[in-house]
Amino acid sequence: MDFTRRKLLKTAGLASGALLAPHIWVPSEARAAALKKGEPLKVGVLFSLTGALAVPEEDSTLVLQYAFDEINKAGGVGGVPVEPVIVDAKSDFNVYSEKTKELILRDKVIAIFGCYTSASRKAILPTIMQRDHLLYYPTCYEGAECTQNTICTGPLANQHSKDLIPFMVQNFGKKVFFVGSNYVWPKESNKNAKIWLEQAGGELLGEEYIPLGSSEFGPVLNKIRDAKPNFIFSTVVGASDIAFHKQFKQEGFKVDQMPIASLTTGEIETRAMGAEFGAGHFLSAPYFQTLDNPTNQKFVEGFLKSPYGKNGTTHYNMEETYLSAYVFKSGFEKAAAAVGFENVTPRAIRDHSGGIRVEDAVSPEGLIWIDDQNFNTWLKPKIGQCQADGTFKIVKAADAQVAPDPYSIYPDIGVCTKDGLKAPDGKIRKNVI
Amino acid sequence: MDFGSILNALILGVSIASIWLIAALGLTIIYGAAGVINMAHGELIMLGAYSSYMLQYYLGVPYLLCIPASFVIVALVGLILERGLIQYLYNRPLDTLLATYGVSLVLMQGVRLIFGSDPKYLAVPEIFSSNLSLGFLSISTFRVIVLLVTALLVLALWLLFYKTRFGVQVRAVMQNKEMAASFGINSSRVYMLTFALGAGLAGVAGSLFGVLNIVLPTMGASYVVQAFLMVVVGGGSLAGSVVASGVTGEMQSVFAFFTNDTFARFLIFVLIVVFLRFRPQGLFAKAGTRR
Repeated sequence: MDFTRRKLLKTAGLASGALLAPHIWVPSEARAAALKKGEPLKVGVLFSLTGALAVPEEDSTLVLQYAFDEINKAGGVGGVPVEPVIVDAKSDFNVYSEKTKELILRDKVIAIFGCYTSASRKAILPTIMQRDHLLYYPTCYEGAECTQNTICTGPLANQHSKDLIPFMVQNFGKKVFFVGSNYVWPKESNKNAKIWLEQAGGELLGEEYIPLGSSEFGPVLNKIRDAKPNFIFSTVVGASDIAFHKQFKQEGFKVDQMPIASLTTGEIETRAMGAEFGAGHFLSAPYFQTLDNPTNQKFVEGFLKSPYGKNGTTHYNMEETYLSAYVFKSGFEKAAAAVGFENVTPRAIRDHSGGIRVEDAVSPEGLIWIDDQNFNTWLKPKIGQCQADGTFKIVKAADAQVAPDPYSIYPDIGVCTKDGLKAPDGKIRKNVI
Repeated sequence: MDFGSILNALILGVSIASIWLIAALGLTIIYGAAGVINMAHGELIMLGAYSSYMLQYYLGVPYLLCIPASFVIVALVGLILERGLIQYLYNRPLDTLLATYGVSLVLMQGVRLIFGSDPKYLAVPEIFSSNLSLGFLSISTFRVIVLLVTALLVLALWLLFYKTRFGVQVRAVMQNKEMAASFGINSSRVYMLTFALGAGLAGVAGSLFGVLNIVLPTMGASYVVQAFLMVVVGGGSLAGSVVASGVTGEMQSVFAFFTNDTFARFLIFVLIVVFLRFRPQGLFAKAGTRR
């Protein structure tokens, strides 16, 4: 086919016309997402079932299906059953944002549960905010974000390492080496960790970042061998994390002399690397499978027996996702009581979600509540040590729920309030990402 | 910085080189002999890891036996692949590129369907999950194993190509397929066997990487790029890949020692681009007709 300039211009014109067209009819259509009593309540479930992110995200999808089954058996949300619309984001950020539009416009879901990485969250937030919709982001992240359309049920960077660093300094010594994957979450987490380290009187010997997905830890481990820290603080994620723990042992490091204190190495990772490589190391998380309380026992047993429990374990990320379903239930019911079932919008749910509590009887990690300003979660971080069988023994739990603070290390930027980011000069900016 | 640390970095460089080389060996054979750009090479590595996992998990085969067994299994897969698909595409390099890319997707998704996308675990004897140390020098036992296996394979390949009748035939076909055929060499059979051999080598690499790293359907993707780089920089010959891996492995380790891992990679890729600008045919390019 020969493309003349004229033909090209014509085609381009047509294409841009086609691109513009949907916007003409979309808004009115989208607003009319009226709910009808008796019809199931549609929610979007947006995780990757294939590709590099499938390992954690497939489990998130399964645990949400379990949670909605449980909720539906107990009478549903506001008297109607929940119908999850499950889509595969294929570990591709373009697909994330495409599917978000599809869920909002075509499926007319009332809320979206999704994303595991900050990159995918940032890919879909513009759409979510533009449509004034609602995203439940059910895992840990770095903070430094203040939108009026998200609710997060995982720990923020300021909660995550607050207890872990002083605990490690007290028990193993002052000298620490930071290792992380090379992207935003580890870097921001390490900024927080440095503040805790300074307060605990520790000393940072070195800080190294490994490309995401890399499995070569030889050079880093050689540097650690030379630096001789008392412990390692790790924010390495995914497959790299498993390679890191394996090579740590293969290179002759001894866990009792220099344990790894991690923010990510949980039950799933330990199973994948083999418990002998995980044993002795530490993890900070709000949830462990071995938490000893009746709610957690019911959750673990129920989930593993259900058709969704095929991976054979529960995990902090899965529990945080499970909680998000209950936060949604309470938020929706509160909104329905205030404005009437038919008039509930994503906006109304979010407006009524501040201060929502998930009580001990429902929450496997124990009581949590949603902050009424920044809509992250008050929770108790716990420290677990991996045992020889791959389960974790809880060695320390926070005395009280820790407040989430997305801008803890950036006081100059402002404070996240429910109306937007409030700068020190009093100006409020909405939807800061 | 003391002498011991630098020596450790140099030793580690040899180990990194052996990892890069063993990932690239199979690709070198297939590209060098048959001129096929095998985009499914990473997935053949992945199949090697899964073969070892299967043998170990379901049949209880000891790990050291899993390595040669993975060679056989993946070589058979390669054989089927060559007979079923590649042999029809020899004179169409672009089509082989697309077809093998398709094969890579099929293999990845197929493995995902059968084994699921959760990571698998290869158990090794206790002695391998430790290190050897001599004074201030230290290296993990398993890295030594990888190095030994790589050295052994390079030696075996050299003997095969330069000391056997089959090797002479392969080199003849590489230089000029038609001329070789007119001397009575069955070039189709030579292609088939070299493809199977290359696939089998990827299988060995996979069963080793499953221990260093993690067994996942997507694991191949992280090795295939560096494998391609070694082949391109080396010029498609065995000696070329050996030298290319040796130099880049050392550079990776030494640069990472003086700066950090991310910067080391950046520097290596820049140097490779600059190198290819001035020597696009690679280090040791074979004289002879290219298809």
